[in-house]
Amino acid sequence: MSLNQADLKKIAHLARINVSEEETKVLEEKLQGIMSLIDQMQNVDTDNVEPMSHAIEVSQPLREDIIKETDIRKDSLPLASEVQDSLFVVPQVIE
Amino acid sequence: MDWDIVIGIETHVQLKTQSKQFSAASIAYGAEPNSQACLVSLAYPGVLPVLNKEAVKCAIRFGLATDAAIAIRSVFARKNYFYPDLPKGYQISQYELPIVNHGKLTIKVGDEDKVVRILRAHLEEDAGKSVHGVSQGKSGIDLNRAGTPLLEIVTEPDMSSADEAVAYAKKLHELVQWIGICDGNMQEGSFRCDVNVSVKKKGTDKLGTRREIKNLNSFKFIKQAIDYEVNWQIETLEDGGTIEQSTILFNPDTGETRAMRTKEEANDYRYFPDPDLLPLDVNDDMINEIKSTMTELPAEVSQNLQKNLGLSEYDANEITADRAVTDFFMQVVEKGASAKITANWILGNLYSRLNESNVEIQNCPISIDALANLIKRIDDSTISNNAAKKVFDRMWQDNQLTVDAIIDDLGLKQISDSGEIESLVQQVVDSNASMVEEFKSGKDKAFNALVGQVMKLSKGKANPSQVSDILRKKIS
Repeated sequence: MSLNQADLKKIAHLARINVSEEETKVLEEKLQGIMSLIDQMQNVDTDNVEPMSHAIEVSQPLREDIIKETDIRKDSLPLASEVQDSLFVVPQVIE
Repeated sequence: MDWDIVIGIETHVQLKTQSKQFSAASIAYGAEPNSQACLVSLAYPGVLPVLNKEAVKCAIRFGLATDAAIAIRSVFARKNYFYPDLPKGYQISQYELPIVNHGKLTIKVGDEDKVVRILRAHLEEDAGKSVHGVSQGKSGIDLNRAGTPLLEIVTEPDMSSADEAVAYAKKLHELVQWIGICDGNMQEGSFRCDVNVSVKKKGTDKLGTRREIKNLNSFKFIKQAIDYEVNWQIETLEDGGTIEQSTILFNPDTGETRAMRTKEEANDYRYFPDPDLLPLDVNDDMINEIKSTMTELPAEVSQNLQKNLGLSEYDANEITADRAVTDFFMQVVEKGASAKITANWILGNLYSRLNESNVEIQNCPISIDALANLIKRIDDSTISNNAAKKVFDRMWQDNQLTVDAIIDDLGLKQISDSGEIESLVQQVVDSNASMVEEFKSGKDKAFNALVGQVMKLSKGKANPSQVSDILRKKIS
């Protein structure tokens, strides 16, 4: 599997990472290396191997459904750059 | 040209828990903005999500109720996108391995039963809420809703009309409330549907390109949006145009749909397993424990009402559309009231009165006992159905009065004494000789008019069927 400049720019955009033209060249090389590593792994026969979704073989502990958190607005709101009526204010997001 | 309509529905069901999916903050509706935004909801660095046990139980309950397979191992994934109401930059959802697979729900369309296959149901979290226009060019963000537990229920594209889609949505809405996993409040967003619509030439197998109508929160909007969208797609194709896969919004004010996201990459979510969460293992003990707490489902209860209590299919289905109504109905019947009359009264007078007054049946001012007594008085012919309506009105206003006291007070006791009725009939026959002649010469209408006269003379209190019998004997 290969990765071209356009793919790279798209990924950078999706991740909201600003990548300069120069960096693109370096990154392309590095990512290409990772892709070939993946290609190598794709060749391994995993037919009888159970898929692994986590590195440790334990399962998710569950939390009882009890409210323990309290109102932390006196700490959380002052950290925002702008607040109005207890809302965090951001540039307009409507499309 | 004829077209087939193909519809699939994804429903976001807000689960009836106290706390959030991955943190111990409250999910109560209507709190002051951000007062329920804990550090996990705010996506602070270093926090870890811990899964809510109750939400998992809700998902299993849904799986059992739809005859689905419960995955013994399911996995949480990150769905990545940027939006201010999602401060982590990803939503935690289940992608490749959801907790519920391959269920089914039977809907009724006209007289036909139809099975809608449920492809999957997965646990995920809700985003926060954006408040637009708090000031010029600004939006406000409330993260109280961020992290609210959701079950997203995805069907196969099995529906082929707006009516079927609405029937499915209603059935699902009834079911999730019945099994107690969702409060069903559509105004508050507890039950929202995304509807995928495409059209294809009649009889062909190849599916058309679908467009997804987002966030419909009423059955009426589901119908309107699908009708509009189907027309638009057919017109576009017949005019030689093409349909682009897209996400669209329905505007309830205009009844129209319009495309929402134009950039195709907006749908590139780059899912991957969330390293903060371990695989969710569910064992047989847990499933069996939940199974043991589940009662009969609406379809089974409806069958029993038809078989054991002789209700019509329609009445039984209407009663079992709501668990609280079913409970109310059963309690009235257990007091010895006739099931058929009780069903008629609940679905008729009681329903319309509850609606008018905006009261839930759980808070009905007329007690189970009082309603049962009223129905017994109709059943034993003490009062007519019409008189019962007057008693009902009185009971609604004053729930301290007994049924019998109201009947006495209003003088509604039906005259069932045949001697008394006979004398009323005789009076009417004597003073309406011409009408009697008309009847004898074959005009059936005259008979009803004579019955009406007798009823009037008795001030509505004579038992109508007795009047009819006695009159017929007298003049035939």
